[in-house]
Amino acid sequence: MTIGIVSYGAYVPRYRIKIEEIARLWGDDAEALKKGLMVYEKSVPDVDEDAATIAVEAARSAVIRSEIDPSRIGAVYTGSESHPYAVKPTSTIVAQAIGATPVMTAADFEFACKAGTAAVQACMGLVSSGMIDLGLAIGADVSQGAPSDALEYTAAAGGVACIIGNKESEIAAIIEDTYSFTTDTPDFWRREGMPYPEHGGRFTGDPGYFRHVTNGARGLMEKMGTKPEDYDYAVFHQPNGKFPTRAAKMLGFSRAQIEPGLVVPKIGNTYSGSCLMGIAATLDQAKPGDRIFATAFGSGAGSDAFSIRVTDKIEEIRNRAPTVAELIKDPVYIDYARYAKHKGKIRLA
Amino acid sequence: MRDVAIIGVKNTKFGELWERSLRDIVVEAGIGAIEDAGVGGKDINALYVGNMSGGRFVEQEHIGALIADYSGLSRNLHVPATRVEAACASGGLALRQAIMTVASGYGDIVVAAGAEKMTDVGSEEASSALAAAADREWEGMAGATFPGLYSMIAKLHMHRYGTTSEQLAEAAVKNHRNGCLNPIAQYRNEITVDQVLNSIMVADPLHIFDCSPITDGAAALVLAPAEVAHEYTDTPIYIKATAQASDTIALHDRRDITTLDASVMAAKRAYEMAKLGPGDIDLVEVHDCFTIAEICAVEDLGFAEKGKGGIVTAEGETAIGGRIPVNPSGGLKACGHPVGATGIKQTVEIVTQLRGEAGKRQVEGAEYGMAHNVGGSGATAVVHIFSRER
Amino acid sequence: MSVPRFWRNLDSRYNLEGTHCTECGEYFYPPRKTCVNCRRLGQIEPFRFKGTGEIVTYTVIRTAAEGFEEQAPYALAIIKLDEGPRLTAQVVGSPEKVHIGMRVKSVFRKLGEGGDRGMIYYGTKFIPVDA
Repeated sequence: MTIGIVSYGAYVPRYRIKIEEIARLWGDDAEALKKGLMVYEKSVPDVDEDAATIAVEAARSAVIRSEIDPSRIGAVYTGSESHPYAVKPTSTIVAQAIGATPVMTAADFEFACKAGTAAVQACMGLVSSGMIDLGLAIGADVSQGAPSDALEYTAAAGGVACIIGNKESEIAAIIEDTYSFTTDTPDFWRREGMPYPEHGGRFTGDPGYFRHVTNGARGLMEKMGTKPEDYDYAVFHQPNGKFPTRAAKMLGFSRAQIEPGLVVPKIGNTYSGSCLMGIAATLDQAKPGDRIFATAFGSGAGSDAFSIRVTDKIEEIRNRAPTVAELIKDPVYIDYARYAKHKGKIRLA
Repeated sequence: MRDVAIIGVKNTKFGELWERSLRDIVVEAGIGAIEDAGVGGKDINALYVGNMSGGRFVEQEHIGALIADYSGLSRNLHVPATRVEAACASGGLALRQAIMTVASGYGDIVVAAGAEKMTDVGSEEASSALAAAADREWEGMAGATFPGLYSMIAKLHMHRYGTTSEQLAEAAVKNHRNGCLNPIAQYRNEITVDQVLNSIMVADPLHIFDCSPITDGAAALVLAPAEVAHEYTDTPIYIKATAQASDTIALHDRRDITTLDASVMAAKRAYEMAKLGPGDIDLVEVHDCFTIAEICAVEDLGFAEKGKGGIVTAEGETAIGGRIPVNPSGGLKACGHPVGATGIKQTVEIVTQLRGEAGKRQVEGAEYGMAHNVGGSGATAVVHIFSRER
Repeated sequence: MSVPRFWRNLDSRYNLEGTHCTECGEYFYPPRKTCVNCRRLGQIEPFRFKGTGEIVTYTVIRTAAEGFEEQAPYALAIIKLDEGPRLTAQVVGSPEKVHIGMRVKSVFRKLGEGGDRGMIYYGTKFIPVDA
């Protein structure tokens, strides 16, 4: 049976901080950082935005884009590593705010940056088993990097929602297959109650990101009998610009294939929204029949790989809601002081 | 229905009264008023106390009972005591209840008092308590503050009628000038327009000097039937009209955001009852919780055309000696605004003026005076008209 | 703000759910169960507003309301929804652009929270249409 993306919606907050501005505070070499990370600025949430508000905006965008009746949604799963509550799901807030309640199931997901794609897979299962009509999977984050740590340059805010369904007439992008590669690898984590994550420095590269992304990607292509040349586009999890560029090269994908989905240089790493944001940016301009290869990565660690084929329906729905390019085109730049206030790094009495 | 007169009055000092509690200040006002009236505790038939928020300020409800007790009116005399609440119009409304009690014959000698003790909590808590006069669900929850609501009235008034910040400041300047002449006022210093405009912006366009302060204070009146008033005093002051009106609690639901329809309606009802018009009024105490409130009051009570309140103020027409003296006491701005007491204090001022006892603040030849007391952003308005002759 | 009080109006806060009197035609947001014109003779039904409107008046609050300190200074406005009723809400986005008559649309934002351990309150604010 066919299963796929009926609609998608993205949201990126308006504010940005430049690498130079963060580097100014810590006495770092901004040019070297920009070159090394391939990130120039990152998105910053407003004082009254969090993972829940971003998830709602992305979900509302997906609903508007597809014009579906939200009461058809039978499951809402939000993946994030910055859920506003430790206990009380973000997914019920989203469900209420889009009118999907009350006949539905919901839960929150966490798997570092691949919580959003894990939610997609769960929806795929529920839809294809006939348990639900439509599923809503969201990856949204207002990620925190510890001040003066390397991750502070890339930890950004944003979210993407996907509506998953199995009615051929409604599907805008078929998910041909999915494959995951998961191990217990502690490359990056955050303990309960701690404001900032810990990471293994260089350990996050080969044993973390590259091992799981390459194994996940190769595993899917082997399972399907496909090669990089069979795809028009590729999207890899983008914690910075360097990692996905290197992963593409390692796997045999070209620079041109990953270019449309590579948004991290302009907005930073949106964590649970990262790979989905690349997929959304790609769908914003893909033509019917185009094929997209995507592999998300989450620390801890695991990868979710997807083979996606765009249908005619994409042209009908694409322009009903803002594209990623439209969302990120008019940023408002702020300084470190304002950035610290917005990110709650200043504790008020 | 009988005519009613005021035979005794008393204001306490208004200010930050650290050593005095809520009961201390009310008892001082009450005793002062009954001494002024020449009556005794056993003559009192009923007591009404205006108090907005005893609960939030001093964790005390059941204010009527408390005040009666500490005034010595409960254990032996068992005087009926009622707390009246209508946010900042609590005092004016307490007076109205007292008037209706005497007019109807339910009581002869009735005390109307007002009191608020606001400084026992910090100023954030006090501001939060005051904000309870707005619509909590739909204005408070959106982040509205009192200055914020009145600022929105000011912004639109300025946009529509060309009212300026300077004109608003003139109201504060005039009130401070009057306050200098009032021994009970919290602020007895002159200020300038420049000082107002350069003071901290609280909510654009209102500066801190456009706003009335947080104050402790109490005031009390003794009422009697007009026909026997002369047995108690040589200068009874008569109540020609008592009127009240309501309007939507939320500012966003008003018919016209720049007009307090409750003020317009209460004034209209008062003029009708007294068979008088704005031209007959010699002085008026209006509810200037913010300078813009005074501008709107001058218009809404009929002393200036809609939109011209600012001009009229800036041109000195509302000064003592001007066409229509507004807030000769110094208003809420200079006297301070102990919420529940304000409506009663306004009345004490009018009575003092009509008796000819206002000293340097005296409005010469005053015969008719008006008091205007508003609750919240205009959801309640109470208007009274007083006269020197019966 | 107590939990039950906030929860009771969730659809109104999140989704601009108000009411409409079919007898006189007036729209109400915040919702009213009693029509101000018809009172007992009114016929009230639920109505969901689109979320677009224009600014009638506004201010920039610098001394914040309790619980809103983190967001100060913030723009507060009275907004007239296209369907008719007016409401009070914050305007986020570009504060320097806020002016009387400006077109706005609704967004989902955090209103505040009951301290570090309390509930987080979400609701509707507005941004300029051409942000």
